Amino acid sequence: METIRPGELADLQLERLKWSLHQALKVGLYQRKFKEAGVSPDEIRTLDDVEKLPFTYKKELRAGYPFGLFATPLKEIVRIHTTSGTTGKPTVVGYTRQDLENWSELIARNMTMIGLGEDDIFQNAVNYGLFTGGLGFHYGAEKIGMTVIPSATGNTRRQIEMIEDFGVTVIHCTPSYALHLAEVAESMGKTLDTLKTGIFGAEPWSESMRTELERRLGVKAYDSYGLSEMYGPGVAFECPERNGLHIWHDCYLVEIIDPETGERLAPGERGELVITPLVKEALPLVRYRTGDVTRLMDGECACGRGLKIERITGRSDDMLVIRGINVFPSQIEHVLRALPEVGEQFIVYIDRVKHLDEMTIEVEMSRAGFSGELQDLARMQKKITGELHNTLGLRTAVKLVEPGSLPRFEGKAKRVTDRRGAI
Amino acid sequence: MEKSYIVKQISIFSENRPGRLAAIAGALRDAGINIFAFSIAEADGFGVVRALVDRPDDAHRTLTDLGFRVSFTDVIGVKMRDEPGGLSDIASILGDAGINIEYAYAYSGKDGAVLILRVDQVEDAIRQILGRGGELLKASLSR
Repeated sequence: METIRPGELADLQLERLKWSLHQALKVGLYQRKFKEAGVSPDEIRTLDDVEKLPFTYKKELRAGYPFGLFATPLKEIVRIHTTSGTTGKPTVVGYTRQDLENWSELIARNMTMIGLGEDDIFQNAVNYGLFTGGLGFHYGAEKIGMTVIPSATGNTRRQIEMIEDFGVTVIHCTPSYALHLAEVAESMGKTLDTLKTGIFGAEPWSESMRTELERRLGVKAYDSYGLSEMYGPGVAFECPERNGLHIWHDCYLVEIIDPETGERLAPGERGELVITPLVKEALPLVRYRTGDVTRLMDGECACGRGLKIERITGRSDDMLVIRGINVFPSQIEHVLRALPEVGEQFIVYIDRVKHLDEMTIEVEMSRAGFSGELQDLARMQKKITGELHNTLGLRTAVKLVEPGSLPRFEGKAKRVTDRRGAI
Repeated sequence: MEKSYIVKQISIFSENRPGRLAAIAGALRDAGINIFAFSIAEADGFGVVRALVDRPDDAHRTLTDLGFRVSFTDVIGVKMRDEPGGLSDIASILGDAGINIEYAYAYSGKDGAVLILRVDQVEDAIRQILGRGGELLKASLSR
């Protein structure tokens, strides 16, 4: 499948696209959307006909909360994951048994592509639970017979001890956590000699970061791309050439569009990645706007696999990636607006402290309700931090500031200042 | 009776950064308001400036108009002997009566020393102190 000939691939994609559109028609949202667009899946006779179909936006997934977009009855759904929504409620992703099989097959394909197998000991140092990175990689790695250590996140010294004591050869984590791990290992005087491969994803990272991680951890570093709406990680992955990511065209129909006009861009032009998944049962999607900015790379890869995408260079929207967690400024606004103690304005600062992202939110107090007591203020600060943690799944530092002290904006507010620089 | 001893302290929210106290003090100076006593309590990134002033209502209005978050807090001012044991006398009265002190600050002026107290049961505290021969500032002194 990885080196399928272009003609055969197109036939397969078309056949799967037709199936996927019929799957989508089981969902109320798509019945409505297709009707509004005046298009029926039966009119899709070529792959290019997909342009006649409407886009799907993240906010539409949120509106279907919790199970409104599932195309299969709940009894056929064997797993739920969630990802951050743009406001308030999360986006819910469901998986049938076949979906889980497809997903772990993709992860297995990626890991096999970079030469991993049953001789490898794999430490999966990402968040398990609702985040897709943990269980996604876990089952893919088991599928190819790796020895899997579900170490999850946290307790960095223990993570390092495990790498050393278990002879770990492959680690999967966010690139910023990898750098933190390197630093702690160095301070412990550990050289982590068994490590040879690092799989890094969930946040964008640069080539200079690659050089630094490879030098300090003694690994070959690979970029991994995915999003929960498309199962999770595994959508695209670097091969040993490490020049662009192979996106799996048998499972995902890829378009690059101008995010402003929605027009499809010519091959090689940079724009927003739009994906129509071709094999998803529980949550079929049509022309899903990922918000990720990339381009299709011309030319054949030396490895013989299909067309690659460039490493993600940014976002077409305002989504932030903080310690691997997706955060929309609108979520923060939603939380703060619901709190009577909070005034009109807030500003978000993002910094990198010792290679880890820190989010600080300056919050103006409301003019009403100041008791004059320090402990009430401290309680308010704790409450705001707690509410943000509930919604974002992220610890933030909340700073209370005087009403009227934050800048006011005419026109579009610039509420987020990202001071991290490239990693 | 007890009410006449309840003094209005002004409490001002302030960010913990250079120049905030100067801004508060400057505003009071410009309004011709005198500060008898004040203290700063600080927490994570912010603080509360507490002050006893000669015209609390004017101070409240002046600072609020400038955008500060201000509120009144009921405190009492107890005259202390300005010699060893002065604080102990007062603290003992409250301790014996089971009244908790939330915070306190003091000044020592030409008319002697004064302890300013924020307590959990203010009228009870006033009765106890007066009943045991203590002397309290009259609220009318600051008006």
